[in-house]
Amino acid sequence: MAGSMADGRLVGRVALHGIAYLTLSFILMPLVFVTWLAFFAQEIPSFPPEGYSLKWFGAIANNRNFVTGLWTSVQVAVAATAIGLALAVPASLILARRQFAGNAVMSQFLLLPLVVPGVVMGTAIYVFQIETEIATGLPILGSLGGLVAGHTLIVIPWTVRLVTASLAGLDRATEEAAQSLGANQWTTFFRVTLPAIRPGVVAGALFGFVTSFGNLEMSLFLVGPGRITLPIAILQYLEWKIDPTVAAVSVLQILLIAAAMIITDRYVKLARVV
Amino acid sequence: MASLTLHGLTKSYGDVAVVKSVSLEVRDGEFLVLLGPSGCGKTTTLRMIAGFVPPSGGSICIGDQDITSLPPWKRNAGLVFQSYALFPHMTVAQNVAFGLEMRKASRTEIVPRVAEALRLVRLDGYSERYPRQLSGGQQQRVALARALVIRPDVLLLDEPLSNLDAKLRLQVRLEIRALQQQTGLTTVMVTHDQEEALTMADRLVVMSDGAVRQLGTQSDLYERPADLFVAGFVGRSTMITGIVTASGAFRSDGGLVLTCPATALQGPATIALRPERLTLGPAAQGLDNHAPGTVSFVSYLGAMLDVHVRLNATDHVMVQIPNRSDGLTPAVGDAIEVGWPASACLVFPREAA
Ligand SMILES: Nc1ncnc2c1ncn2[C@@H]1O[C@H](COP(=O)(O)OP(=O)(O)OP(=O)(O)O)[C@@H](O)[C@H]1O
Ligand SMILES: [Mg+2]
Repeated sequence: MAGSMADGRLVGRVALHGIAYLTLSFILMPLVFVTWLAFFAQEIPSFPPEGYSLKWFGAIANNRNFVTGLWTSVQVAVAATAIGLALAVPASLILARRQFAGNAVMSQFLLLPLVVPGVVMGTAIYVFQIETEIATGLPILGSLGGLVAGHTLIVIPWTVRLVTASLAGLDRATEEAAQSLGANQWTTFFRVTLPAIRPGVVAGALFGFVTSFGNLEMSLFLVGPGRITLPIAILQYLEWKIDPTVAAVSVLQILLIAAAMIITDRYVKLARVV
Repeated sequence: MASLTLHGLTKSYGDVAVVKSVSLEVRDGEFLVLLGPSGCGKTTTLRMIAGFVPPSGGSICIGDQDITSLPPWKRNAGLVFQSYALFPHMTVAQNVAFGLEMRKASRTEIVPRVAEALRLVRLDGYSERYPRQLSGGQQQRVALARALVIRPDVLLLDEPLSNLDAKLRLQVRLEIRALQQQTGLTTVMVTHDQEEALTMADRLVVMSDGAVRQLGTQSDLYERPADLFVAGFVGRSTMITGIVTASGAFRSDGGLVLTCPATALQGPATIALRPERLTLGPAAQGLDNHAPGTVSFVSYLGAMLDVHVRLNATDHVMVQIPNRSDGLTPAVGDAIEVGWPASACLVFPREAA
């Protein structure tokens, strides 16, 4: 009896692990193939490869679109993340602590960009920016500022969510302790609150950055001549060629994001925050 | 060092008054304990003193300065929280130094004062640890050191011992009291543990339902409780309800006729009896009040026994006697004589039902 029960448990565990690894490999498969493809020697990808080469990585540097696209994407993602955080931290604090009419609605509202399709967001912002341009005469559409503004919107849900989550783990009494020891509200925020929610802030920044960096749909509406983001540069390249340069760019993108994650993880354990 | 005066301090949330016109003075260097059942407004009162809850009315003064409208960081009140509220990302030394940094003390001043504060709570050698590396009792002492090091005008403690185990609680209780006397700090502590309150306080305030019921020393509260609530809340007592029929004469609902102090007002009343004032057995015969009864329950407290004696269908009393193997040890069902002097009757008028 006991033996067969233990056997049953063993079978269950093997099955669980099997399914877990199957799912994992399913998720990883595209990444693995793209990486493999980036090293193929021939121009038209076919299996098995005729040989291996690093020349496609060299080709990236010679393509102006990829280079400026990467630079624009980094600029936009950094700026949008910074602005997103600066807005999300105070917003999360107020949502978590003040009871006011519409509090619940507001917190849902801030998460909305997560569920609204990128094309819809893009169209809406596009129209809004055009109207604003007409009304004010300022060059907004296609400018770096216009792009950052759009990306800030898709960064905010991540930063708000993660900062709010880490606020829940903060002992309010520590803030009161600081105040009773003579710290005013600002000092209390910088010396006690911010260090306590740092994991959420860092993780929110990372996820915001990755979201912005990889965004294609919304950016399509907001970029202007001579200023495109990396995902758009990839898309444009694919219209003409399908050589492994695109795979090489993707590998670069994957490496950048992986590096960001690893650095972040050394700073705060992501598995504990998300 | 200074005295602390509350005058008509009131707090309402909407229509609900949770602290009702509390007035009291904590003398310079005095250890005052706020005692009362859960939800009676102790924490709210303390948080008004600390500045975290804005009063709906009344005033708070430290010495002769009115601090009612000052923010917490300008009050110079040392606060120790039930959860300790240590800063988790700072070491013990940084925690203790925080208040001094806020006061813009110089490094050369901070270092020795932090060391002194940690020595005071016997935690020298722990300064580089983080709070999570300390036991509950040690965290508690860091919290105390952090509050003491700023030399506050008043020290406020909200159930500082409730997260400690019973044995540690006894020890820390003595330590806090010793520290308080050593530093001469005006202190207000909140607790609902009356043993803690009785052993630590110079004077106590009994609160119930947001209002002060009595302010006094231990013996004031125990021997001369102001009302039935205090009599029931401080120490143990059994109650006999009935009527004061004439000066010094009481008739219980169960028909007992008792002699009580002549000062008792005529009318419906309740008598509270402290269990240790009652006598069992033949010696009861000589006392002002005595009645035959039946032992209904005996509880064993180690050095003492609680003997519950039923006197009639409605009245029963609890008697505390020393636990002596040679003496009389009543058993459930025994017929026994109970007696007590008239002076043991604490008589409180009762609203007619
Ligand atoms: N922010 C608030 N809003 C509404 N009611 C409150 C608020 N804070 C406290 N109360 C109410 O005020 C009353 C007193 O609360 P308080 O915390 O002062 O009690 P306490 O005496 O400290 O109790 P305990 O011994 O359980 O800690 C309670 O009935 C509580 O529900
Ligand atoms: Mg309380």
